Amino acid sequence: MRRLTWFNATSLTLGFAFLYIPMIVVIVYSFNESRLVTVWGGFSTKWYGELLRNESFLDAAWVTFQVGFFSSIIATILGTMGAYVLVRGGRFYGRTLFSGMMYAPLVMPEVITGLSLLLLFISIGLDRGMFTIILAHGTFAMCYVSVVVSSRLVSFDRSVEEAALDLGCTPFEAFRLVTLPIIAPAVISGWLLALTLSLDDLVIASFVAGPSATTLPIKVFSSIRLGVSPEINALSTILIGIVTIGTIAASLSTKRSVMRRQREERMAEQAG
Amino acid sequence: MNMRRFSLIAVPYGWLVLLFLVPFLIVFKISLSDVALSIPPYTPTLELSEGWGGFRDFLSQLDFENYEFLATDDLYWKSYLSSVQIALISTTICLLIGFPMAYGMANAPKEWQPTLMLLVILPFWTSFLIRVYSLIGILSQEGMLNQFLIWVGIINEPLTILNTNIAVYIGIVYTYVPFMILPIYATLIKLDGSLLEAAEDLGCSRTEAFWRITVPLSKAGIIAGCFLVFIPALGEFVIPSLLGGSETLMIGKVLYEEFFSNRDWPVAGAVAVILLLILIIPIVLYQRNEQKMMEADT
Repeated sequence: MRRLTWFNATSLTLGFAFLYIPMIVVIVYSFNESRLVTVWGGFSTKWYGELLRNESFLDAAWVTFQVGFFSSIIATILGTMGAYVLVRGGRFYGRTLFSGMMYAPLVMPEVITGLSLLLLFISIGLDRGMFTIILAHGTFAMCYVSVVVSSRLVSFDRSVEEAALDLGCTPFEAFRLVTLPIIAPAVISGWLLALTLSLDDLVIASFVAGPSATTLPIKVFSSIRLGVSPEINALSTILIGIVTIGTIAASLSTKRSVMRRQREERMAEQAG
Repeated sequence: MNMRRFSLIAVPYGWLVLLFLVPFLIVFKISLSDVALSIPPYTPTLELSEGWGGFRDFLSQLDFENYEFLATDDLYWKSYLSSVQIALISTTICLLIGFPMAYGMANAPKEWQPTLMLLVILPFWTSFLIRVYSLIGILSQEGMLNQFLIWVGIINEPLTILNTNIAVYIGIVYTYVPFMILPIYATLIKLDGSLLEAAEDLGCSRTEAFWRITVPLSKAGIIAGCFLVFIPALGEFVIPSLLGGSETLMIGKVLYEEFFSNRDWPVAGAVAVILLLILIIPIVLYQRNEQKMMEADT
């Protein structure tokens, strides 16, 4: 009953053209010899060289990387704990407030999150810099991690955990030996999401970053305001390339593990 | 209650209270403070050492003058209205583009579906800022879009698109359309094809079957997609500030400028509180829809 009509094919083609043409144009023009961004002056990779010699971009990239690394670890640990508390924690005082706070940052406009954290840091007298960006990113990303992890926790068979407890595991051992391996894929994708969110974030970072720490998005934003430039095209191409490779690799590895599981299930059926 | 369970709950709980709840209470407090004195130290400050008397003094000095200011100044309520309008129109356009795409994906051959899915997810993982940036080159006066339209012969003179509200609409639709496609696709793929067959056997035309079966059964996905676009679009800052012009009034941009350019923190606080009040309605509706979807799944 499902068949691809002409209408379906046209809407898919036009839709994907809309999504991809702007990015493809950026990639093509990053190899443009000319500084003019609308005139093709021949193939060249010189803008990549310019980019790699630009100290301020490299510094910003290093700051962004450190912030992403530490904040995504914080977010993954806290988010996993939070998800476990929400799904397995049972009743405790203030549970509604807790689940509300876990959920709210997902829908909170970034300008408000940024503003409120900045006002907090100012009122407790914390110097703004890399540390404050890490705190801010860890906080809003932990909620995303918690959503990813709790959807996995909800769907898995609880009796496995109970069996471990019956067989003499302490709750912590049961978590480490049984629960954690089962939810590990969700924890890893939560961590990747937290990392991406942190590397991408402009608004929150520009509120809570002091003059001492400039992240790559802040740097890119301020140079975009001056207009399109071939260096930014080159930088965009590198970032798009990394994301593309990462996404394709992730989807191939999921596909392979699904196929392996199907094969194992078939073999188990035949054996039984 | 053992120690381990207590700390498991207390650590994320305490973290969120400290870095989410308290900051928001500070915003709320500053929005009720005085304009001139609010770059720290703000007045009034809460003197805990003075006990209850200090608390009463603190309360009596708070006032709603920033909110009165918002109500009387045209700029603010115009920005709220125009944010709502821009978010609504962009959500509608996203639906008009997203639904046919999701429908096409659901009807595509099984072996294409993972690739099509990958094509939708890829922009989602790509830097938001880079994607908005890629539009600047397309939409500018001498950009690709104008060159194309002139080449085709639709227009003779380049159109001004960049730095207008049209560019903001295009920007929001471009960046948020994957959020519309994914939930709709998720409901369409679960739709039982035999229902459509039954409808056609019973004499429905294809179009009629589409409107009476496919659309109602994908309602939950449509609603989820609409809120996933509408909620972030309402407080959007990056798109209006990079693609919009001076005519573009969006509240996220106003808040940012109020804070950084005018350095009027109490007014920025009040703008934030009202923006949240506006958002509460769609957020609650969205959560209800999610719950309904969860119940339908089990």
